Order: sequence, then structure tokens, then C-alpha cells
Amino acid sequence: MSMTITEKILARAAGKDAVQPGELIIAKVDFCLGNDVTAPVAIDEFEKAGFDSVFDSERIALIPDHFTPNKDIKTAQLVKQMREFCKKFGIRHFYDVGRVGVEHALLPEMGLVGPGDVVVGADSHTCTYGALGAFATGVGSTDLAGAMATGEVWFRVPESIKFVIEGGLPPYVTGKDIILYTIGQTGVDGALYQAMEFTGSTIDALSMEARLTMANMAIEAGAKNGIFPADDITKAYVHRRFLREPRYVYSDPDAAYATTYRWNAADIPLMVAKPHLPSNTQAAAELNGIRIDQVVIGSCTNGRIEDLRMAADVLRGQKVHPDVRCIVIPATQAIWQQAMEEGLFGVFLDAQAVVSAPTCGPCLGGHMGILAEGERAVSTTNRNFVGRMGHPRSEVYLAGPYVAAASAVAGHIATPDQVGSRKAAA
Amino acid sequence: MSATTIGGGATTPGGGRAAGDDAGGVAAAAGVAVPIHGRAWTFGRDVDTDLIIPARYLNMKTAEELAAHVMEDADPDFPRKVQSGDILVAKENFGCGSSREHAPMAIKGAGIPLVIAKSFARIFYRNSFNTGLPILVAPEAVDGISEGDTVEADLATGVIRNATTGAEYQAEPLPEFMRELVAAGGLLPYLKARVAG
Repeated sequence: MSMTITEKILARAAGKDAVQPGELIIAKVDFCLGNDVTAPVAIDEFEKAGFDSVFDSERIALIPDHFTPNKDIKTAQLVKQMREFCKKFGIRHFYDVGRVGVEHALLPEMGLVGPGDVVVGADSHTCTYGALGAFATGVGSTDLAGAMATGEVWFRVPESIKFVIEGGLPPYVTGKDIILYTIGQTGVDGALYQAMEFTGSTIDALSMEARLTMANMAIEAGAKNGIFPADDITKAYVHRRFLREPRYVYSDPDAAYATTYRWNAADIPLMVAKPHLPSNTQAAAELNGIRIDQVVIGSCTNGRIEDLRMAADVLRGQKVHPDVRCIVIPATQAIWQQAMEEGLFGVFLDAQAVVSAPTCGPCLGGHMGILAEGERAVSTTNRNFVGRMGHPRSEVYLAGPYVAAASAVAGHIATPDQVGSRKAAA
Repeated sequence: MSATTIGGGATTPGGGRAAGDDAGGVAAAAGVAVPIHGRAWTFGRDVDTDLIIPARYLNMKTAEELAAHVMEDADPDFPRKVQSGDILVAKENFGCGSSREHAPMAIKGAGIPLVIAKSFARIFYRNSFNTGLPILVAPEAVDGISEGDTVEADLATGVIRNATTGAEYQAEPLPEFMRELVAAGGLLPYLKARVAG
């Protein structure tokens, strides 16, 4: 029976030869995770249900990244609860400040998740790991509690939608622009419950960082997961990094898809998603009139080294506009160190941007860059819902690192060309 | 433990477009179906979890604390105006966005016994089920209910009645697996019984 990547991974995890969309299965998870918002609720549920052991202490990660370094006493209590739970059950993939990073940047970097895995995380952006050829999806705290205790989770096998993207991208256009363009076409529930599978020559040429950015935002189209077939770029990324054996899985040529979309890469401009939905997209070049107060460059979407290099390319020799605060947040300690060693921090500091410790922080309006009433940000994060970064009457415009950095310089939404950067087509 | 397909094989709930994760249907409370009778508060499409409970309150985790801020960014007065027993009625994709279980917790904590929508985002659907917040997928009912209408619902049958207009609607049925989870008393008791078995 012909199957997609997603179906094959789920069939394997359910101990079956084949599965089909709509089928309800119980799957064994290869890895599960929670953060300082969701894990404490999961721990409460785990304890209330009377579980007294975890299924595998090596396959659970509890990552306090959202409000850390602890922003207040309540947060400190949540992280303390996670720390104590991990000590009690011998869970060593707990990382405190100084070691922690934004979860969906940290886990792939550490090799904790990899090709062919089934990963559930009590965080909606768990879908990020689809970039590695894993089936990865967000669940709630109670699901995480069940997964930690039993190593199992139930799924309804999703239909798959195929996105075929062909050709060379215009200058400065990145994975973020491709995924914003895609969500703009499908809408925020255009892939509701489904798997988004990305293929085509444009995808083949994308770096792992760009693929992680795209898979990260599959949830913003309502999808259960996003997934990329593994190739040499995947293999090079997981080589000597992934702590378990990779399982490379590919869709059969005649696998069934609910829909197939085809984009021509040349048609994808530098994109922005306007308030208050990620699907509310428009070309960045058309939004020059929008003045801004803050720029955030970071997060599980765009806080990796390639993203910081893009921002630095634009900010080099420039100054952040006097009316703008520009906050750069390397997503992990390793990224932080690499950016420092590459001299990117010198570029940011010369431009009068600030560099923060790794944290989700302002992305979800937690801390480290909250907006006041009426303020407006351009952010490389993934959501622009009402009140997402602060006051309910503040606004977030989503973009990639090039547009974010250019906007920081211009003081309004801008493309790199508009602030004097020059780059040839890829 | 054996490999399993739950609920006797392939299930395509609801017909056509799936309503949320892992099915559309009559929900979810791991309890007895009590008739619901309450005043409706109506919302549009794509009500996201930041609107239901803003992230600035996610340093809290009790239903009481969270309920004090439910739907606050949609209407700052909502936590004061909403009465225990009132129900939420929304269009497509209710609960999109984050995986925070705090969203159904906040709704439930405010005494809201039911959410009716045209469709639910998938993680919210799972979370409602897992935390015992009843939800119903009923597009026609959503179109037929105005703010302030009195609505009655029977969770066992999925019958929704607008007592203000007299119109009656049928929600999508609960998939068999959901019934099994409900019968087991919720997700964690279900999984615990599986492990023991």
C-alpha cells in the first residue's frame, strides 16, 4: 500500500504494516518535551493520576525557555517544580539558564530528535522537527503527562497536502518568506488537522535552518505537522549529532495527497504578515508607510546562526533608527557563542541593537521586550495575534531577518534594498 | 502492549472536513452528560489561545487564577460579565495557536460548561477533551445563535436547542474512540489501564 512519509512513520510507531488517513492509532513516541508553561501542568496531571515512573528518562526533555531567566516569583516556582521532577525521575535533559536555549532550536542542535522519529511536545511549535524528516506535533499538558508515563500517545492519522516549490528564490527571500507566502495562500486553517509535506527544487536547495523555520510555522496553517524528505543536507546535519539511529523515510511516488499546491519560487517576494493573523500577508516592499517602535530578531522560528548572519549583513555599518529598539536573541548558548566568535555581536552593538540571553521572552509577550499600547513591532517570530507581544492594542508584523533588520534601520517596514544593501539573485 | 488501532478500524468522523484533531464531534467531558442551559456569548472565526488566555498570565496554572482573565483581550470586561453557566459560540478554527491547556482550563474555570463552534483547532480539540471541557461541532447551530440567546444542549445526544428562537440543531457525533476515552474517565485513566493491561 502506498503511503506518505507521515503515514509510514506513524505506521511504524503503531506497530502496523500500514495506516491510512482517518485511522485512530496509539503510537509509541521516540521523544517528548515540555516547557516552563506546559510542563508544570503536565507534572500536576501526572501526579494526580498517580503515576510513579516515567517510560524512559532519556527520552524526555523539560526545557524552561519561555519566561527564563525567571521573570518573576511565579515563574521561578514553575521552573523549580520542573527541576525537582527531573531530579526525582532521573531526567537529565533538563537545562537551566546557562545551558538552556529555545526548545525547538535546542533539541535538533543537541541531536535529541531526528529523522523518522515520532516526537510530541507540549508546545505547538514542536512541528519544527519535521524539517529533519520526523513526525513531530504539538499536544497539550495532559497528553504530555500520558506520554511521559507510558511512552504512548493517540493520533488520528492525518491526510497529507503536498507543496511543490520550484526554481530559484529572488534576492533576500528566505524560508520565512516561503512559509508566510504559503500560509497567506492556505489561510490559518487551510491545513487544519493535515500534514504539510514540502518538496521541489527550491526546497532541495534550502539550508536546514531555513527548513526548520518553515516546518516551525506549519501550525500557523492549522497543520498537525510539517515534513521534509531527508536528503544530503539532512544527513550532514544529523551526522555525529543525532544521538540515536536515523530512520530515513520517503513518500511512495504514488502516495495519496488531499491537495497538491505548486509555487514558483520566483513569484515569492519578501513577505510580511500583518496583524493579527499569520495569513494576513503582503509584500514587504508595499508596506513602507508603516512606522515601527521595536524589532525582535530571534525565537524558535528565526533565532539560529543563519538568521543572525542575515540580520548582521543588513545592520553592518548601519545604525538602528533612533525611534526603534532592536532586540537580538540568539536561540541557544551554542548559537550565542558562534555569533560572538563570528563577530556578529560587534555588528549588532555598533548598530545600537541589544543582544539578549536565549529565551522565548517577547515572542509571547512574556518579558524582555513588551510593547506598550499603540506600539508596533516587526518580529521574526511566528504569531501576530492580538496582544501577542504585549498590550492588547499593540501590533506585531511578522517577517524574516532581512526585512526585520532593514526595518530596524529605516524606522518603518523596509526591504534590505531600501536601506542600501545589495545582493544578487541566488 | 500490542499495536493497536483504536475503536475498530478507520474512522472518518463527521464526514468531509475534519473538525479538529483527531476528530469532530460531540465532546468530551469525562463525566455524566448533564443538560446545559445558558446564555450565549458569540465570537467570530480564528479565536486564538492568546485571546482566550493571554500569555502574560501563563505564569499561573490554576483554573481560578486563569478564569479571572478569560477572553480578556477580546473584551476587558468579559471576565466580570460572564456568568457561570453561560456558553461560548464561535465560528471556524476556535482555539488556534498555542498548545496551552490553560485555555480550556480558563474557560472551564469561569463556569462555562460548553463551547459550540463551526470547527476547532486541533490541539485545542485534544486539550478540551483531555481536560473535560465539553465542546460541540455544530455549524448550523452557530449560524442560528445570536449573542444573549438562551441555549440548551444535551451532550449525550448532541442536540442543541436555541430556547430564544425555538430552533433545534444536531451536533456532529462523537467518534467511537472518544466514547472509549470518556468511558475510561479521561485520557490518563485510559492510558493507565492500557499499561496495566
